[in-house]
Amino acid sequence: MDHRPQNWGRPRDDIYGGYDVSYMAPNAEPNTHTQSPVVTGTSVVALKYKDGVIMAADNLASYGSLARFPSVQRLMPFADTSVLGFSGDVSDMQYISRHLTSLSIDEAYGVQDPLNAANLHRYLSKLLYSRRSKFDPLWNNILIAGFDSDDKPFLASADLLGTTYSSPSLASGYGSMLAQPIMRKYASTEEDAAKLTKEQAIKIVKECMKVLFYRDARSLDKYSLAVVTRKSGEEGGGGVQITQEKLEGMSWKFADRIKGYGTQTV
Amino acid sequence: MPGFDFSNYNRNAALHARGVPLPKATSTGTTIVGCIFDGGVVIAADTRATSGPIVADKNCEKLHYIAPQIWCAGAGTAADTEFTTSLISSQLELHSLSTDRKPRVVTCMTMLKQHLFRYQGHIGAYLVVAGVDPTGTHLFTVHAHGSTDKLPYVTMGSGSLAAMSVFETQWKGSLTEQDAVNLCSEAIQAGIFNDLGSGSNVDVAIITKDKTTLKRNHIKPNERSKKLKSYAFERGTTAVLKEKIITKKELGRFVDIEEVEPEGEKMDVDT
Amino acid sequence: MSALFSQNPLMNGPNYSFSDTPVSHPNEAHGELREHRFNPYTDNGGSTLAIAGADFAIVAGDTRLTSGYSIHTRYSPKVFKIGGTTADQKDATIVLSVVGFAADGTALRERLDAACKMYRYRHGKPMSVNAAAKRLSTMLYQKRFFPYYVYAILAGLDEEGKGAVYSYDPVGSYEREMCRAGGAAASLIMPFLDNQVNFKNQHIPGSGEGHAIQEREKKPLLREQVEILVKDAFDGAVERHIEVGDGLQMMVITSQGVEEHYLPLKKD
Repeated sequence: MDHRPQNWGRPRDDIYGGYDVSYMAPNAEPNTHTQSPVVTGTSVVALKYKDGVIMAADNLASYGSLARFPSVQRLMPFADTSVLGFSGDVSDMQYISRHLTSLSIDEAYGVQDPLNAANLHRYLSKLLYSRRSKFDPLWNNILIAGFDSDDKPFLASADLLGTTYSSPSLASGYGSMLAQPIMRKYASTEEDAAKLTKEQAIKIVKECMKVLFYRDARSLDKYSLAVVTRKSGEEGGGGVQITQEKLEGMSWKFADRIKGYGTQTV
Repeated sequence: MPGFDFSNYNRNAALHARGVPLPKATSTGTTIVGCIFDGGVVIAADTRATSGPIVADKNCEKLHYIAPQIWCAGAGTAADTEFTTSLISSQLELHSLSTDRKPRVVTCMTMLKQHLFRYQGHIGAYLVVAGVDPTGTHLFTVHAHGSTDKLPYVTMGSGSLAAMSVFETQWKGSLTEQDAVNLCSEAIQAGIFNDLGSGSNVDVAIITKDKTTLKRNHIKPNERSKKLKSYAFERGTTAVLKEKIITKKELGRFVDIEEVEPEGEKMDVDT
Repeated sequence: MSALFSQNPLMNGPNYSFSDTPVSHPNEAHGELREHRFNPYTDNGGSTLAIAGADFAIVAGDTRLTSGYSIHTRYSPKVFKIGGTTADQKDATIVLSVVGFAADGTALRERLDAACKMYRYRHGKPMSVNAAAKRLSTMLYQKRFFPYYVYAILAGLDEEGKGAVYSYDPVGSYEREMCRAGGAAASLIMPFLDNQVNFKNQHIPGSGEGHAIQEREKKPLLREQVEILVKDAFDGAVERHIEVGDGLQMMVITSQGVEEHYLPLKKD
């Protein structure tokens, strides 16, 4: 008998041969994952109103500080009921968007109600959380707008760590510092947001896009604006409408007063 | 030898190499702003001072005196903003006395930037310099590394983006004094409510060619809620092991005692 | 570099009084570059608190969700009902609060809720608090080497109908207590609770001299008293901690079920 306890209960080497260690490490090197974003989109802003949600994101995909792709759509409609806004890595955005398109086609064959924005948000947050737990994150902050199961306006965020939150107004990236203070002034609570008309909400969001273009060096004056309303709601205009906008009414009138940065006077 | 004392530098470098962290300074993770109006300039600040996530002072003063018509709003390391502004204030006073002229804002700004540049950003003072002098109304920002900016409206500190969002949506080329005070207060409040580094009250200083008006706690949007019960303990609740009472009369044998009425701001405490 | 200053080759540490100071980033302290790595955690701030009474338990938490110096939202609950029969949890009897990394908190809450529901399905009765408490502990310890970065507090009524509060560390060490504060302002709230709930450092005036003085007798507080303490504790925390504020969510567990209250807090 083999008197070495570490060999008890194991297949005997003299009968079965030694354990083949190569099974334990199929690759010579460990797996590596994308650890930082490459081509990126900047802020997304969104605001709830009386009967829907407004969302906006500019059309720029940056490569570091290079304004690389100036006509990229960062807002994506889903099943004509919800809108997703992506900031962060653009290739991960395209991966998710491809995945969701096939999901929405599969869902369209089903008999039950299509996925609403709340369902979609839950699905994406689980996807993002599971990827972060595998140390292989999808490098995005996603805003999801639409309607929940009670048919009330829905707006929520999910980020690369799987953190989720919802608020009457949301913004990602620089928008959380520059646009949120503006939107919170008009809609600090759900009740305040429920008083806003579509026109008021669009005006506020357009104002935010202007401030972001003034102050965010990775932004663009061309942007997409999405309006999500109930499908049964307005005459022929329900669902998701995404329009392409150009910033208007910018003011650079302070510029002619500025002479230098210190002692210069001419 | 005037200036900073570097005698502990080698000791600290050795400690740092052994992994001993630097002591944590109180910082004014702040919102400060300034805005020129027709006839003068307004600067404003919040009143929260923090040490990490803890509020070190709920009602500190971030508007610093330089000269009667020149004031500074400071963000960054609290000690650096206080000492830098008072140092430049003294130098400017002497300069003013020897030239027999009113101090100028550009002089102050140049002295600040030269002082800060010399220390390569190690003096963590981020300042908004504003004032009126015989050459007109001026508003500058000075960064810790020594760079300056000259603009009609400026913001600094951790709440600078929140405050700037207000200026970028509401600023006009021509403002009255009241407009400017309201605009600056709005900007500070955007910082107070959206930036965790800023909080409590709004301080405002209005500088015109005739006078400076300091409005300490101009707006108080964060009054402390009253506690629902009294936490006063019954006398004798705390265990006492030894008791020795020194009366005023006994103490009078060693020092002169003079009765002084308490003055100034009283600390914010419970009953 | 370190060997140069080391006076003690055996310990490879300095032999002056700074030796036990924690090293934050051992490599960075030596000026060496470190490989950039994805950080799967973040701290979302906020604070929680739970107090047990004779026949009730109260769990409370603020509703602010932060990251760095930004407020993500002013309303994101940290206190949840667990193990009800329906999605709205209206017949739940156990309450869980989680604070720390919000995504891990959500994951943990959903796992414990599913476990409680499975228990009900398999055994035909609701899970007791002490069983749920043990289950939560094993759930946390299962992820010992990739922990849920959360400070959890579980509360309910035990089999005798007494208030029960169980508090946890992120890897599953747990203990039943009379009261516990968790999260960002725990170090501000806990001493207040020690003094006001467990009457620590309180003595009976005139009951003796020096060491002979008698400690104030410990007894469970009434519900009204506890509610006041919770509100005052949070009002205090809001004043001195930047990550605490916006709203106070409070769950009161009694034999009648779970009541939920919401109160506004300061928003700066």
